[in-house]
Amino acid sequence: MREQKTAGQPLLEVRDLAVEFPSASGGWTPVVQGVSFTLDQGESVALVGESGSGKTVTSLAVMGLTGVTGGRVAGGSVRFDGRELTALPEREWRRLRGPGMGMIFQQPTRSLNPAYTVGDQIAESVRRHLGLGRRAAWARAVEMLDLVQIPRAAERVHDYPHSFSGGMCQRVMIAMVMACNPRLLIADEPTTALDVTVQERILQLLRDLQEQTGVSLLFVSHDLAVVAELCQRVVVMYAGEVVEQGTAADVYFRPRHPYTAGLLASIPKPGLRAGRRLTAIPGSIPAPGSWPSGCRFHVRCPHRDPGRCDLRHPEIVPVGPSAQARCVRADEIELSGVTVG
Amino acid sequence: MLRYAGKRLLAAIPLLFVVPLLVFLLIGLAPGDPAVVLAGDNPTPERVAAIRDQLGLDDPVWERYLRWVGAALQGDLGTSLLSDQRVVDMLTRRMGTTMSLVLFAMVMAVVLGAAMAIVASLRPGGLVDRLVNWLASIAIAVPAFWFGLVLASLFAVSYQLLPAFGFEPLSAGFWPWLSHLILPGIALGLLPAAEVTLQLRSALGQVLRSDYVLNARAKGLSRRAVLFKHSLKNACIPVVTVLGFRVAEVLAGSVTIEIIYNMPGLGSLAVDSVLNRDIPVLLGFVLFSTSVVVVVNLLVDISYGYFNPKVRA
Amino acid sequence: MTNATVLDDPVGGPDDPATAGRAGILRGILRRRSTVVAGGFLLLLVACAVLAPVIAPHDPDAQDVLQRLQPPSGEHLLGTDDYGRDVLSRLIYGARVSLQAAVQAVVVALLIGLPPGIVAGYWGGLLGATLTRVMDALMSAPSLVLAITIVAVLGPGVTNAMLAVGLVMAPRFFRVARATTMDVRHETYIEASVALGCSSLRTIGRHILPNVMPPIVLVISVSLGTAVAAEASLSFLGLGVRPPAASWGSMLSTASSNMGIAPYLVWPPGVMIFLTVLAFTYLGDGVRKGMLRSRSAGSKED
Repeated sequence: MREQKTAGQPLLEVRDLAVEFPSASGGWTPVVQGVSFTLDQGESVALVGESGSGKTVTSLAVMGLTGVTGGRVAGGSVRFDGRELTALPEREWRRLRGPGMGMIFQQPTRSLNPAYTVGDQIAESVRRHLGLGRRAAWARAVEMLDLVQIPRAAERVHDYPHSFSGGMCQRVMIAMVMACNPRLLIADEPTTALDVTVQERILQLLRDLQEQTGVSLLFVSHDLAVVAELCQRVVVMYAGEVVEQGTAADVYFRPRHPYTAGLLASIPKPGLRAGRRLTAIPGSIPAPGSWPSGCRFHVRCPHRDPGRCDLRHPEIVPVGPSAQARCVRADEIELSGVTVG
Repeated sequence: MLRYAGKRLLAAIPLLFVVPLLVFLLIGLAPGDPAVVLAGDNPTPERVAAIRDQLGLDDPVWERYLRWVGAALQGDLGTSLLSDQRVVDMLTRRMGTTMSLVLFAMVMAVVLGAAMAIVASLRPGGLVDRLVNWLASIAIAVPAFWFGLVLASLFAVSYQLLPAFGFEPLSAGFWPWLSHLILPGIALGLLPAAEVTLQLRSALGQVLRSDYVLNARAKGLSRRAVLFKHSLKNACIPVVTVLGFRVAEVLAGSVTIEIIYNMPGLGSLAVDSVLNRDIPVLLGFVLFSTSVVVVVNLLVDISYGYFNPKVRA
Repeated sequence: MTNATVLDDPVGGPDDPATAGRAGILRGILRRRSTVVAGGFLLLLVACAVLAPVIAPHDPDAQDVLQRLQPPSGEHLLGTDDYGRDVLSRLIYGARVSLQAAVQAVVVALLIGLPPGIVAGYWGGLLGATLTRVMDALMSAPSLVLAITIVAVLGPGVTNAMLAVGLVMAPRFFRVARATTMDVRHETYIEASVALGCSSLRTIGRHILPNVMPPIVLVISVSLGTAVAAEASLSFLGLGVRPPAASWGSMLSTASSNMGIAPYLVWPPGVMIFLTVLAFTYLGDGVRKGMLRSRSAGSKED
């Protein structure tokens, strides 16, 4: 965690965010509730949780794309560089997406339009946001493809997405987003759909880019192992809310929420000895609209205290100088994190 | 790309001669003797025999077919049994009318259909969307020739806003040409327009939910830019397919429309040739229609290469 | 097999408890209501056709030169045509021609399309490939042009015209039958029945046909609409029904030649063709939706 903040205010500040989607019966189902976290200039923050925990919905809300996916922001605030975004008119949003913040997605091959060349798609946003001419925009596209280490960039810029592999498509996506010099890059499970060997190279690329450009990163992932190498702070989500957040060190070595401990226990370790079992969290994440009463995790929690955990919905409270957890038993139970060695 | 088009063309050519073969086989099987019909009332056996000889009706079917194909490949489709005119001349003289009509109908189908689908897509599930969908699904059930009659009786006979009958070639001037096409063209174009509307609307609906459209919005493009650049081209593939099928139907529909509007096109020629069993003319018409369909399907196949770059590879 | 029920009994079908039990979505109910209306209309039409001699106010072919081209009146509710014949009566008798013709055409298409489709899907090979090529050629020929040609060879008349329309529609049945047969051909229970020594004919009858029929029912209902429209255009051209018999298409031909004097003649037969085609379309749509719904409900129950 960085100590000095620019003018004392974070780059991104999400407070009490609530997002709803239409339900089958015609009403609205809350999918994300009371989500709060901040992200400083130049910082990398991870948004972690199983699929269905509301990470993607949260990041799309930050991008102002909730409406495009059929939902609506029901409450809370999102401030970017001190500016309130939840009531921003669409015209302003268009100016912010691109040079302000950009996003890369889980399915790189499906996120590129199959009907246009990659150069066309990169040049398109450059021309719109940086006001470059046709030639300059294409030159920028080549430059960016080169930057994300695509070989023979000057030729490949004329190729269609179907001739790129998944990893290469993700590089193109990164090039497209970074071409506009955004201040915040949101990466939604950027390596999940890729081969393990390719994953590592994409992560390395993101690290390099961050070093070169100083872009802030909101990294969304279900995989704590991937996050560990990349992020200074970690926000853990479960069933549409934040259950724990803190520095990477806090969360990895001293988890205070049983869910975080469960996630950590299910990371396969390189030196795992035969005989020691990899523990998965029993059960599955409840769907929005069928969240249990009390703590939303209590049904699956090995430390649940009947009569307490299943009755009152716990608040998120400070559990250390830089950490918060949403567990009434945070001070009573002993949780093990990652052991070094 | 060129090789791809060439391959499709080679595959399509046999079709040109399969349908006429069907006609020959049917004639071979059919009862009745064209020579008798042709000889007029109270024919003498000598006269019938002379006609049979002239047409080679005594030869086996396959021999007549091969002879016809051989001549057709050299651009000779024979002469009409009724008027002694060359079939090729009869077809070319009337081709302009039919092609103008079909072209008008297809252009209307594309322009009107695309406009309706796009307007409907602006607010998915909104009032306009539902209205467009409802209108299009009703329009699909309207028979073209009845719609042609209704238009003629309303606009040409009752109010006399537009000429109802006949045809002027383009060489007579643009407006005379167009004004004679408006009513029959609209009648013929309604059904394909409705189909384009429904197809494009549903294709757009799918594309608008795709990941790359979300990505385009995340890049800071406006809803309109996303619709026109990142959705239309992708949604065109199923629409183009439907248009390809539809050209054959529109060509067939032009037969009734030409008769209602008294247009000297291929349709009326075809009906006359059927009623008089003027087989050479009919075969020429069949060959022409099949060629149009083959050419259009070829264009459709080639256009896939534009809309979907994957096909080109 | 709820789908077959829907078609056999268009009004009762949607209220069939098996289907009604799966209800719940408002939209589905609305859609079914349109199916019910369409089915009801078609039943009414069938009743009119069957009871034509009873309900028609006049003899449809009785000419009255003094009553030529009379506009609608108390005596002739929809007016008279150029021979002084009662339009309403001809309209009612026309329903007979239209429905009969549609059924004829669909039966022809079914006979020409279904068995070769199953054969091509079941055995494949050279025979299957040849059949597919022939049907493809038939499919890409302009349909009405082909129908006109066939009528030219066989001579005008409803039966010949519908033979032609049936031949032109056959590829639809062929395609669906072939595709479905190919789909189920390699299901384990069918392979097992072959391995157990069941004859091919028995396998097809016991296992393939029940799978092929539901999608075929859908094609039937759509094709009936197409056939009604096709009969109308062929009769309009004078290639279908022979005078003086009444058909909606030939009535429109009369309307066409008397448009200047009697514009009202355009409406009754046209509206009937339109409504009938529309009803068959909606019925087909309802059958398709019902099929999808029962399939998804079926997989949920598993």
